[in-house]
Amino acid sequence: MPSPVFSWNLLYDFQLMWSYPFMVNAFRAGAIVAVVAGAVGWFMVLRQQTFAGHTLSVVAFPGAALATLAGFSLSLGYFGFCVAAALVLAAMRRGREPGGSEESAATGVVQAFLLACGYLFMALYKGLLEGPQALLFGSFTGITTGQVTTLALAGLAVLLVLAAVGRPLLFASVDPQVAAARGVPVRGLSIAFLVLLGVATAEAAQITGALLVFALMVLPAATAQVLTARPGLSLLLTAVLGFTVTWAGLVAGFYWNYPLGFFVTSFAFGLFLLAHGARFAARAVERHRAASGAGPSSSGPAALAGGAA
Amino acid sequence: MNPVVAKAAESETGSGVALDVTPTSEPVLCLCGAAARVGGRTLWSGVDLEVQAGEFVAVLGPNGVGKSTLVKVLLGIVPAAEGEIRVLGRRPGEAGSRVGYLPQRRSFDPDLRIRGVDVVRMGLDGDRWGVPLPWARNRRAQQRRVDEVIELVGASAYAHRPIGQCSGGEQQRLLIAQALVRRPEVLLLDEPLDSLDLPNQSAVAALIGRICHEENVAVVMVAHDVNPILHHLDRVVYIAEGGAVCGPPSEVVNSETLTRLYRTPVEVLSTQDGRLVVVGQPEAPAVHTNRHAG
Repeated sequence: MPSPVFSWNLLYDFQLMWSYPFMVNAFRAGAIVAVVAGAVGWFMVLRQQTFAGHTLSVVAFPGAALATLAGFSLSLGYFGFCVAAALVLAAMRRGREPGGSEESAATGVVQAFLLACGYLFMALYKGLLEGPQALLFGSFTGITTGQVTTLALAGLAVLLVLAAVGRPLLFASVDPQVAAARGVPVRGLSIAFLVLLGVATAEAAQITGALLVFALMVLPAATAQVLTARPGLSLLLTAVLGFTVTWAGLVAGFYWNYPLGFFVTSFAFGLFLLAHGARFAARAVERHRAASGAGPSSSGPAALAGGAA
Repeated sequence: MNPVVAKAAESETGSGVALDVTPTSEPVLCLCGAAARVGGRTLWSGVDLEVQAGEFVAVLGPNGVGKSTLVKVLLGIVPAAEGEIRVLGRRPGEAGSRVGYLPQRRSFDPDLRIRGVDVVRMGLDGDRWGVPLPWARNRRAQQRRVDEVIELVGASAYAHRPIGQCSGGEQQRLLIAQALVRRPEVLLLDEPLDSLDLPNQSAVAALIGRICHEENVAVVMVAHDVNPILHHLDRVVYIAEGGAVCGPPSEVVNSETLTRLYRTPVEVLSTQDGRLVVVGQPEAPAVHTNRHAG
């Protein structure tokens, strides 16, 4: 690709980029992946299952490698491995309190083994494999319109399921005991969420590669949760942030010949740092105001003393 | 002063029912000859208890005797091994939102970025499937109910902060609000005062007593210390050594009754400010290490 020059006139830049059909498809696919990965990732971050999420995204790599080696469709490799790994993780969580951290070692075992399998499959396949780079970091060039349609349908399915189970899933994630007492199928939702995570990962990893999809899952969600504690707003913000960094990454990747994944991840990481900085500053201002303003907001012991019998 | 010792053997004589309630209305909770078995071990048996609306009942006893299991039996999470149990005239677990539940102390992760008001809201409609529609007709009413119940427990000042950043007492009030938000007729509380400091213990106890008597909610509360709630209590269930005694606090928490229950000399001392101290009870060996076993 000849390196075009970024002009700061965004209208002109987008006109130029969108004159290439592969870029149009890249932007479409990026938008879909960002929103779907963000929504699923928001729950993943809230449930503190980032390690499970990372494992599932890494598993996409041996899946793709095996599909290439054995000569069946790449999609089948991605979906098969991610969903199977999700079920294995769910089975290993069985009998444990949801949200516990004890499963991390077992999750790590699965991840290490499957990653090693991926390298084996690659070593066995000595032919035309592009090497691990494409599988891990993806390639946004060369996405067909058919792929975008498949991506959109799979993404829509994931979002619909998430919308249907979202509220009980949130309840089960934050407060599993009370949710269970209220009749929410906490264990079933836990399994369903892992499978959903697997499907979303498999779907997105085909475009973004195994590692970038994890970045898109964790970074916008973590940033949004730093910025607001309102669940609805936080979820919306996650989608917006994911969308923004992906498109910004695509623009940067088009004009500067460095890996797309680096741009997307760096932008997302930059926003994450900014969000933390903003929260820190807000707290400092609040503390300063409380210290100077004779603190009428005493919500602690003073309010409680009245009830003592 | 004739407390009824409700052990399996004795209840067969017909005397094993706590009777000192005015039988004006249908009891809210009713256990008759109930027994619980966990992992093949009988925790308690022959428990008879009737709780009326607006009554405040404490479940007391040493650690590991199955106090929490009693609450779980009432919720229908753990099946009763024997006996007849009715919750609001139905079988346990069938009364739905008419029963509010506050499990044993759970503290939220300090990094959890969900507001207290959202946690309360989950108590209202967190178990519904699908997306809440912004144009739904009852949306306002639901919002008002959440605000109202937060006001009731006195949590308005911090309900909009992330719940992980609230203190233990603040979190406990918000969780009580969550348990109350659907206007339950029965409130089952499992050690709600556990790990709160003393001022917070008495404040939360007073709050529960007020809700119980003013809102006419029957409260069954598991506690390991009777003193913070003593003034608010109507009745006590004391579980020990596989049996249970029910009755007013003064008739149960005394040397005579507890000696009979434990079958070993136990003395109940009263301090100058009216606090009760039980001396000589055979505590389970793992007193401080495994409170969750109960």
